[in-house]
Amino acid sequence: MSHEHVSNTKRIWFVFGLLSLVTIVEVILGIYKPGALEFNHFIGLNLLNWIFYILTIFKAYYIVWAFMHMEGEKSSLRWSVVSPVIFLVLYLLFILLTEGHYIYGVFKDSTIKWNF
Amino acid sequence: MGATVTTANNDEKTWGGGHNEPLGASYGKMMMWFFIVSDALTFSGFLGAYGFSRFKFIETWPLADEVFTHFPFMHGVPAPMYYVALMTFILIFSSVTMVLAVDAGHQMKKTKVAIYMFLTIIGGLIFVGSQAWEWKNFIKGEYGAVETTGGSLLQFVDEHGKRVALADFAVKLPEQREALTRSHSTWFMEDAQTQPSFTVAEVQAGFKAHPGLLIRSEKLDEHKKKIVLTRAESEAHLANAKYVVEGANLIRNEYGNKLFADFFFFITGFHGFHVFSGVIINIIIFFNVLLGTYEKRRSYEMVEKVGLYWHFVDLVWVFVFTVFYLV
Repeated sequence: MSHEHVSNTKRIWFVFGLLSLVTIVEVILGIYKPGALEFNHFIGLNLLNWIFYILTIFKAYYIVWAFMHMEGEKSSLRWSVVSPVIFLVLYLLFILLTEGHYIYGVFKDSTIKWNF
Repeated sequence: MGATVTTANNDEKTWGGGHNEPLGASYGKMMMWFFIVSDALTFSGFLGAYGFSRFKFIETWPLADEVFTHFPFMHGVPAPMYYVALMTFILIFSSVTMVLAVDAGHQMKKTKVAIYMFLTIIGGLIFVGSQAWEWKNFIKGEYGAVETTGGSLLQFVDEHGKRVALADFAVKLPEQREALTRSHSTWFMEDAQTQPSFTVAEVQAGFKAHPGLLIRSEKLDEHKKKIVLTRAESEAHLANAKYVVEGANLIRNEYGNKLFADFFFFITGFHGFHVFSGVIINIIIFFNVLLGTYEKRRSYEMVEKVGLYWHFVDLVWVFVFTVFYLV
């Protein structure tokens, strides 16, 4: 590797503190589930779940960038790892969740009672 | 011939990909990254499938904070999320010790690498053990429920909406229940293994004897609470009961939708398997560190590579945690 290896223990503990803090916030929100967040929706998803997903992505970013040391890699490696995952996952989720929602509608609006 | 010639031809390190290092990473590290990409897509497929099924049954999906309420040595005290939060901490912390081991490896400090690797292994073992405990509680169940001929699940509550366990109200009827054994018949052998503590008739009789009991359906109202039926509706629904369900298995579970337990077992099981193999790989590398293999090699890159895998396991858990326990 071309980049030099300076000890970055300080940064590691900082990231640990950050990840722990985010987890604590998630757990507190998960236990109390504030109604104002849970029953207000934004683009089909309630605000609480938006927060959970954003915090998850935030944690994932720090794990990959700081712990897996992605920040020290060349940008060609960064892109070839991150972009396939992001785009394929978005695509996959789009198809599956849309289709799941459609089937929900079929169950709801017809007389089918079929649990599979 | 020309197409197969590599720049590493005259080099001893041909197996390691030579020195041309595409993307600025060594062969092993780059391949670890691409393995991680493929594994990330596998997990995305699983979590996506979970989302698909959940969207399909969005009105009847079990509530996670009613399912995972156990904490060690706190029997009977509902503690939603605490234990899984603790597990998350343990895994994040073992990720920290791993990255500290990698960091010490860069400075060629053998003892430090060994200590941090050891701590990482311990963290991984605690996590796998916790997951086993979580599975045990999930499989054992707490209250029990009844499944109807239509496949919906009925749970029991008292007039205050508090859950009531089957054992608290079901009566013992003097009927003969026989588990089929191989000497009788090989048909329906699975009945013998999964025979619940009560029959449907015993639950129905117990329900009749306790007029305060009500049935809670799987359906969620607009406040995300399970809808409790009236006494008359409850009796009508219970008449259709077909199975008594206690705990969880791959066919049915007392928490609600059948797919919920299937996905729980499959996804957390697959993740747990990753943690387990990560621990094994870490142990191998740990012994290599102790033996001085990387000291001789003048490079602790191997620790970095297993570190990548270990962080990935942590990364997946972050998503599993959100999808299964929070959302």
